[in-house]
Amino acid sequence: MKRRDLGELAFRNLREAVLRNSLTTLGIAVGVASLVAMLSLGVGLQNLANDRLSRSGLFDAIFVTPKSNNPTFGRPRNEIAEPTGPPKPLSLAARKEIENIPNVTEVYPEIRFPTEIHYDGNPFTTVVAGVSPSGKTDGSFDGMTGSFFSSPAANEAILQIDFARQLAPQQPYSLIGKNIVLRYAEREALPPDPGDRDSGSAGFSIVPKEQSLRIVGVIETDPAGGLGAFGRGRLFIPLQVAETLRAAQTNDLRDLLRDSPNQKNYESLTVRVSGASKVKDAEDTIKKMGFATYSLLDATNGLRLVFAVFDLFLGIFGSLALVVASLGIVNTLVMAILERRREIGILKALGAADRDVRRLFFVEAGAMGLLGGICGVAIGWLIGHAINFGTNVYLARRDLPAISVTAVPWWMVAAAIAFSILVSLAAGMYPASRAARLDPVQALRYE
Amino acid sequence: MTTSASSNGRAAIRLEQVTRHYQMGATLVRAADNITLDIGAGEFVALLGSSGSGKSTLMNLMAGLDRPTSGAIFAHDRNLAEMSSEELAQHRTHTIGIVFQAFNLLPRMTLEENVELPLRLAEVDRGERTSRVREVVERVRLGARLTHRPTEMSGGEQQRAALARALVNRPTILLADEPTGNLDSATGDEIMNLLREINESLGMTIVMVTHEQPRAERYAHRLIHMGDGKVLSDGRSS
Repeated sequence: MKRRDLGELAFRNLREAVLRNSLTTLGIAVGVASLVAMLSLGVGLQNLANDRLSRSGLFDAIFVTPKSNNPTFGRPRNEIAEPTGPPKPLSLAARKEIENIPNVTEVYPEIRFPTEIHYDGNPFTTVVAGVSPSGKTDGSFDGMTGSFFSSPAANEAILQIDFARQLAPQQPYSLIGKNIVLRYAEREALPPDPGDRDSGSAGFSIVPKEQSLRIVGVIETDPAGGLGAFGRGRLFIPLQVAETLRAAQTNDLRDLLRDSPNQKNYESLTVRVSGASKVKDAEDTIKKMGFATYSLLDATNGLRLVFAVFDLFLGIFGSLALVVASLGIVNTLVMAILERRREIGILKALGAADRDVRRLFFVEAGAMGLLGGICGVAIGWLIGHAINFGTNVYLARRDLPAISVTAVPWWMVAAAIAFSILVSLAAGMYPASRAARLDPVQALRYE
Repeated sequence: MTTSASSNGRAAIRLEQVTRHYQMGATLVRAADNITLDIGAGEFVALLGSSGSGKSTLMNLMAGLDRPTSGAIFAHDRNLAEMSSEELAQHRTHTIGIVFQAFNLLPRMTLEENVELPLRLAEVDRGERTSRVREVVERVRLGARLTHRPTEMSGGEQQRAALARALVNRPTILLADEPTGNLDSATGDEIMNLLREINESLGMTIVMVTHEQPRAERYAHRLIHMGDGKVLSDGRSS
């Protein structure tokens, strides 16, 4: 029999016992929905973790420091340079060189310095941290009241809530739009001493300076920004502005002891690459340049393994409902054989081969699987949305930002429908084979 | 017993020492017992006998719905006993048309869909099906009942519909198992007249199982009496 005729006959048969077939299909749909809901939760949580970790700057970042002879956290002993000379300084030129490495998206130093803020005629001491442009998109400032810096060079500030409460204890959010004055110590190079011919520079002086800043936001959480970023700051300003200020930092004293104290060297640089998979190549290149590096690449692989196992178990639990539903298919089709025994006999008497009868039952099972799969994916998707909705209501009550804990990617839709059809076909195998083997003479005698 | 009575010299069906035995508990039932028989192309043969005489078994064997325990059954010189189940299905599709006492129409389908069913099984092109169905339905004079379901038709109409379904694939042999068994006398005659018309106009071989001797004598060319799985007598109708 041709496929189209087979399909038409199968759908006609399904329509005839519409209630029973609908209930069986619903059983499959519930099974698929359970599978999709479980897997969407697993994938959603994995995406959330990946997203948060990737946005946190932990997994796509390389922490670069000059090579040191001292063992440091996370640095294998074999990476420690032999004491053959002074370590290569992490200079501005080195920073430019690192910026040109393929897949490197951002290179920024850690700028954090103590300062005094003047607001409403009162001084307040705090710590300023420079925020790189990626801080806008990496989720560090999610849930902030106000807005992110209008440009990388804007003289704007974001306050951490604890510090904002020091400035305006009653209404910390009313600070948004107001100006504060930042008082800091600028590192200013001194002209060379004409009497000292051995030295090219006389070092630098510390000059008090002021900078007016407009407050654009107040953040309740403690943004970190990943390895070597702006953690532990209480007042955040654009990194470019922070660099322009040339504020004196703790490592400046070390520069003073070097041959060229006027040349700005970095204590560390954070290198962001376009994805976790690009970390290794960039890290190797930086190592070859003579710097020490550190990344959390291995931790990413470990995380993937954990989620793979997590998804596997969620999938197994979700599949259990589908297995139960498949028993419903077996039951429905076996019942159909009993009811349609005479019809099968007639079909065979008219020339239907065993193969035709088998395929007819297969198509019926497959059609229930397809329909159940499609409905199941839709129900599973709705369950996922309900979980998301419930989670976000819960988070909103705790003043936490909305998140998505479930995800139904296209591959899951296709895989769930394919799995549903496969399970249905497997369940239809026994009834189909039994129908095909039916003796037409006996079947025609059946009343 | 060996009988040969071909109408035009060529055998449409030939049975050679055909036996069909069933085991029912400890008893061996000899439903067909060493039967040798030739049915010529274009013949109208009536198989007569009481219940359990083996006439329906013989018809099932000729239809390829059942296989003999031993012996050979040739339909147009092809041995059904050696065919695979797939080949037997082809035999039922293209060579044989079957009419049953209980009509055996599918109740969920209309007359048109019931008659179209063998064309679907024979994989006849869709474009050709409609004309084939209408042609055969007109032949059995049911042109006005195409969209009716079996439950909306009388017994005679249902049997005519079953006849149309049996003829739609243009078989060379028509097997009819008690075709008038469920019909009143007048309707039964109507069906028998149709069978005779088909036999005469199309030259189709007809093997009809019946226990109605007078009707068989009136319409069939040849009467074969069976009893206990054997051919008891075989002769021309008077």
